[in-house]
Parts: sequence; C-alpha cells; structure tokens
Amino acid sequence: MIVRFTVNGEKAAVEAPGSRRLLDVLREELALTGTKEGCGEGECGACSVLIDGEVVNSCLVAAGQVEGSAVTTVEGLATDGTLSPLQQAFIERGAAQCGICTPGMLLAAHALLAENPRPSEDEVRVGLAGNLCRCTGYTKIFDAVLACRT
Amino acid sequence: MAKVTGAARYTDDLVIAGAWYGKTIRSTVARGTIREITFDPGFDWSHVVVVTAADIPGDNVVHLIRDDQPALAARAIRHQGEPILLIAAPDRATLQAAERHVRVAYEPDPEPPVLTLDAATETYTTIEIAKGDVASAKADVVVERTFRVGLQEQLYIEPQGAIAYPGKDGGVTVIGSLQCPYYVHRALKRALKLIDQQVVVIQAETGGGFGGKEEYPSIVAIHAALLARKAGRPVRLIYDRHEDLAATTKRHPGVIRHRTGVKRDGTLIFQDITIVLDGGGYCTLTPVVLSRAAIHATGPYACPNVRIRARAVATNTPPNGAFRGFGAPQSLFAAELMVEHVAERLGVPSLDLRRQWMLRLGDTTATGQKLTESVSADVVLDAALKAAPAVRPSDRPTVRRGRGLSLVFHGSGFTGSGEKKLGGTVAVEALPDGTFRILTASTEIGQGTKTIFCQLAADALGVPIDRVTLAPQDTSLVPDSGPTVASRTAMIVGGLVQQAAAELKGRRVGKVEKSYIQPDTIHWDDQTYRGDAYPVYAWAATIADVEVDTVTGEVRVTDLVTAVDCGKALHPVMAEGQIEGGGLQAVGWATIEEIKMQDGRYLNDRLATYIIPTSLDAPRIRTILIENPYSGGPQGAKGIGELPMDGPAPAIIAAIHDATGVWIDEVPATAEKVLTALRNADCGLRNGTVGS
Ligand code: FES
Ligand code: FES
Repeated sequence: MIVRFTVNGEKAAVEAPGSRRLLDVLREELALTGTKEGCGEGECGACSVLIDGEVVNSCLVAAGQVEGSAVTTVEGLATDGTLSPLQQAFIERGAAQCGICTPGMLLAAHALLAENPRPSEDEVRVGLAGNLCRCTGYTKIFDAVLACRT
Repeated sequence: MAKVTGAARYTDDLVIAGAWYGKTIRSTVARGTIREITFDPGFDWSHVVVVTAADIPGDNVVHLIRDDQPALAARAIRHQGEPILLIAAPDRATLQAAERHVRVAYEPDPEPPVLTLDAATETYTTIEIAKGDVASAKADVVVERTFRVGLQEQLYIEPQGAIAYPGKDGGVTVIGSLQCPYYVHRALKRALKLIDQQVVVIQAETGGGFGGKEEYPSIVAIHAALLARKAGRPVRLIYDRHEDLAATTKRHPGVIRHRTGVKRDGTLIFQDITIVLDGGGYCTLTPVVLSRAAIHATGPYACPNVRIRARAVATNTPPNGAFRGFGAPQSLFAAELMVEHVAERLGVPSLDLRRQWMLRLGDTTATGQKLTESVSADVVLDAALKAAPAVRPSDRPTVRRGRGLSLVFHGSGFTGSGEKKLGGTVAVEALPDGTFRILTASTEIGQGTKTIFCQLAADALGVPIDRVTLAPQDTSLVPDSGPTVASRTAMIVGGLVQQAAAELKGRRVGKVEKSYIQPDTIHWDDQTYRGDAYPVYAWAATIADVEVDTVTGEVRVTDLVTAVDCGKALHPVMAEGQIEGGGLQAVGWATIEEIKMQDGRYLNDRLATYIIPTSLDAPRIRTILIENPYSGGPQGAKGIGELPMDGPAPAIIAAIHDATGVWIDEVPATAEKVLTALRNADCGLRNGTVGS
C-alpha cells in the first residue's frame, strides 16, 4: 500500500506493507537514519519520534498507522541549519556522550517542553522515563532540559 | 554537533548498495559436540550464502590472549549461544526463512555442563601476590567474610554490528562499532590468513562500549568478513538486542573471601584474600581482568602482610570479558565491605578505620609499589564528606533511609609491563591549509577522546582548537595507539599527542610521530607480581544515600556524592559525565541488574527483562573533581573512565545496612534478596539473636 504522511513538514508517500515498522520506513525508505534502533521492543526509546506531537516508539508503530499524520524526527528539529535551543543545550552541557540515545531523548524532551514549558526536575525525570541512556547517568540531560525552560 | 542533528552515522546507518544481510546461527546446548548440520532440501538455497568452520581460510581462532576460542565451532561446543555457522541473504525475509531451515544436531557430552563457578574444575589462570608474612602475623581479632558479585551486561544502547566488503586483492575492509581497531585488524589477519595491507578496519560512530566493544567486535568482524568473501559482496552483520544480550561478553561474576587480622586498636595486621572469577566458556581477556582484580583486592589500604590468591575458572557459560573497571569493581566491592565488617566487630566507625588504614604518600601497596606522588585518599574522603547532603529521616513508616561510604583507588593505564610491550604510537601532522591533524587509533565511544586530544594538541601547538582535527579511526591511515581501554587513553595516548604536538609547534609542514616509552622509574616483574603495577592511581570517595522499602525490599539510591582525584580534569564537563555515567552503571550493578541462568543460558536476554536504571531510578549525582597532578600525565591527568564503577556498589550495600541493620554481602542487592535478609533478621530478633 501507499502510505501518505508528512515528515518534518514535508510530504512523503511511501510504498510499503502497512505492517512494516515506521522505524524501518523512516530509516530505509526516507534515509532518515537519525532515528535509532536499540531494542526493537519498545523498551529503550532510541527510536522515539513525534507523531502529531506525541512521543512514540517508532519500532512499535506500523507504517499504516501514520497515514495522514505529521511525523517529526531528529532531522526536523533544527530550522534552516540553526539548532533548536534544546539541541544547543545538549551540546553545551555534555548531554550527548556516545549520542545513540540523543535523537530519541531530544524528541521526548521537545514533547515534554511543548506540553509543560517549566517542568520541575521530577517532571523531567518522568517525561524522559521511556528513554534509556547508558552513558550519562542522565544528570547532564536533566541539566540541558532544565536550561531550556521558558 | 552531528549527534544532536541525527547526522552522525553509526554502523547500521550506513547505506551500502547491494549489501546482503548476515546472521549467526548459535548453539542451543551448553556442552556437547556438533553431530550434523542439515539444510532442508525443500528450501531454495540458491539465494543464500552459508559459511561453516570449514570455510575459514586461516586459523579458526579469535586471536586474543590464548587462541582457544574458535571463530566458528567445528565440533566441540563449550557454551550456549556459541557461533556455529553463518548465513547471508539479499533481504531480511529470505534470511529469516533460511534460518528456520537449518538444523544443528548435537551429541551430548558424557560429562554434564559446568554451570556455576563453584562446580568448576578447569582453571584458566592463577595469580599470587604476597607481601610480608600472613602465616606468622599475629592479630588480636580476625574477621572472615565471603562476598559474591554477579554478571553484568554493558548494555551500550547501540548493539554490536559490522559491515564487511570484500577487496579486489582478496583482502577485506570492515567498518563497525568497536573500541579497538587494531585488535580487530589482528584477529582478521589471523582468521582470514591475510597480510597487514589486505585488512582495513574502520570505526563507525560507536554508540557506547564500556569494554563490551573491546574484544567481541573481533568475532563480529571475522563473521562479517567470512560472509562477504564467500558472497563476493558487502555483508551487514548487525545484532539485534536479543542476540547481543544472549551471546556477547558480560562482567565476570566472582566469589571473594577475606580474612583480615587487626590489633584491638584497629591497626591492620594482615589481609588474606582469595578471588575466584568465572571466565565462562573461553578465555577472552580473563587473565588480564583477574590481574587487575588481584592488584586492587586490598582496597586503598596499607597493610604489612598480604596474601592474595586469585584464580579464574572455566564454566560452560558464555565467555565473560572486558567491562568498565575490568575486575577492580569486583575485588574493591569485597575490600570496602570488609572495612565495614571489621569496624563493626571492633565497634568503631568505619570512617575512622579507613583513615587509620589508608594509603598515604610513601606507603607501599600489596605488590610492593611505593607511592611517590599524586596520592589522594584523605583528600577525596574529606571532600566527599563535606559535600554530602544532610541525612533526612524518612517520613514514610515502611521506608528506611541510610548512608554508606566507600574509598577506592584505580590504577591508570595497563597493568604491569603491558604499556611497555605495546609501545602505542600516535602522530601529529601539519597540513598545507595551516591546520593540524592527529593520527591515532584511539577511539571516541562517547567519552570525549576527540575533544580532549584536539584540546591537548591545540594547547601544545599554541593554536586555537578549531585548527586541529582528528583523522578517522581507519587502520590504513592511523598508527596503532593501542586499545581504547584501561583508562589509558587520555593519560598515555593523550600524553603522546601532547608530546608530538609540542615538537611540531612552530612548524608549518611535516609530521611528528611518538611512541610510548616507559619511564625507567617504573619496574614490574610479571613472574613474581612485584613492583609498580601501574604508573599512578586515581582515587575516589563515594557516599550513597538509599531508601529501603521494608515491604517490597526495593532499594532506591537517592543521592550519590563522588569526590574524584583524576590528576587534572582535561575537560571538566566530560570528566563529570564519565563519573555520572559510570556511577549510574554501578548503581545498576549494585541494585537491579541481575542475570539469571538456566542450563547455561541467560534468562534475561531481552531489554524487557534485563533492567537498567532509567531517569526515574537515577540518583541525584554530585561530583567533586580534585586535581592532584601526576607528573607523567598530560597537564597532570590520570585515568578517569573506570574509577566511577568502583565505589558506588560497596557504598550502597553499606547504606542498606545503615538503613535496615542487615548485611547483604553480594551484588546485585535485588528486592528479593533484601526482603529475605530482612525476614531472616526479623526471625533472629524474635529469637533474641540479632543476626547480621
Ligand atoms: S528501538 Fe524502539 S524502543 Fe527500543
Ligand atoms: S549518550 Fe550514550 S546512551 Fe545516551
């Protein structure tokens, strides 16, 4: 089937079995390899993307489910080559070490700040609980997100 | 920058036209012999490439310390998940279908598999360290205790993976997720019978390693290369999480026994220690892990009489290997808890005992190494105590709070003569456009190698950092700087970068190469285990605050304060990042990361069952960086990568005791174990005998 949706503001039409994972469609059909696979089972959040503003694990979503939706991946966070404040804060505060969790972490943090622009540290912890990071101990990630409160 | 935009390319992100997909077929028994491999004749095999041990052109070994591990099992099976054959196909669907049509039949071994360390009879290696005379030392009080430490998975978030391309000259190029390009290079040459120039190994962006990508990538690379050569096209061999958890190396589990003798006033008289680590089915890096475990076994204390007997045994379980800390976390866990037990017996605060025993400038370690500089046990202890938050009593009746402390040291760089034998090399070159380029095989795996090397070189050259770049970690371009392990990268390799850059300073053309030369003040005897085990030690004091839920047994680490002396924090934010990340890994090891086994197979072989700390579990982490410089390190730097793994576990166990009165002499202290201990203590109380 042909699945039509928007990715990072641009129209996409992908020929894929409706059951194919959104993760694979993004990575292999649309060459958006910023979205990572850490487990393929909904446990790590490395594959997090936004579907109509909500964070989801793209390894658990079938391509057919995003018909007509707006999908945001890490590649869509910078505008015209300018990093988002959150991306900037991740760099400055050392929140990305190996970087493999970073795309998912950024999207989860974006969704969190969109919903709650002034989260407490505890709210940040809850907001990022679906995204595993093995490098940072999360401290610098919390710092980066808290630095972007508005 | 590339990491926050999604532009960084990890192995699986690389698009390679015409590449096939590969898969490893593994044993489903822990011990036995392969009787027969059958390929279902009803399946169309014309689009599938199959590789067995018979297809290996060179030696069927994964070259490392001992050549005991075959790249593919030819007959004997020594553990569950052992690679037996490889298949590749043009697409995933064909690959999966082919996998279902292969059958491996086994002949069971007359002997049952050895599944626990206690049942092991085969020994990989033994080490003895002796100082003074334990046998005739006279003590007033002798305390004995046994400690157990469990398996742990590195759980880098990017699983293992490699892509191999066959070369025109019969050679091969492998690009993959790895820590040590030249380990992989050597292993490929040996198994594929190739010469230096025929093998190129390139590191892709690597999503974490923690030791887990030190030796295992050699296996992945050999497999990918064998498939690529037979298929005559590139092959991608990317593990999924399940395969990665089921088959790759883990932290060595172990049993450590201490017998400590003291005078009534607390004076330390002797430490008699035995260590047994489980190496699993093949040797891998076990002897070196055991060596670091043994040397750190006393803890950072000065003792006149020491006997350490360490042994690594073989079992029919998947091989254990490198993991941040490399044996030291295991033996320091026991050493630190032993201080607690002796203090309890003497009725003195353990803090006082630590101050009484700690190594100071001029003291000698168990191997007879005299500490002549950068000794900071007292400094880190004071700093941690000062920074610790006030203890808050719990306001929930079923939750108890407690605090624990630990003091550790960690040898920077390779053990003994390792660094001297290796002679790691780097180069810095001046390019025509006025920039400089560092050539090194040391890898960036998230710990900041790139930034730190560029900064060291820029400082030494006297140019801004944006004029220095790092060449890709590609064995056809960069020299062998040694592996990215053992907290040696900043201190040893960074030192070479600094020296090469300093020599190049002021020149606009040319290249300066530097190889490590061990200072002649360092002496080590591999045979007797006497001498300067490490060039220098880094020090850390950790304070852990926990909440123990007495109903569920759950332990939550709420605060973790670590004061660290790393000589010089070359990049303070990155240094903190290492301590925070390593600290949380240690919290996981101490509390929730448990691997259970059945028939030699890991039961927790999915991320749904192997649990690591999330953002909700992470304590508030406070790091204090102390800089007590080392004369031999660049700008005074010592190693920092592994040290943070050492301190938290014993501090957490001590905190659980502080909260509840029970000792759990093992990690992980899972809810189940805590609950059992609480119940036993409860019975003891009711019977009028306080158990501990
Ligand atoms: S890859 Fe989707 S949650 Fe781990
Ligand atoms: S930065 Fe490596 S997993 Fe988060």
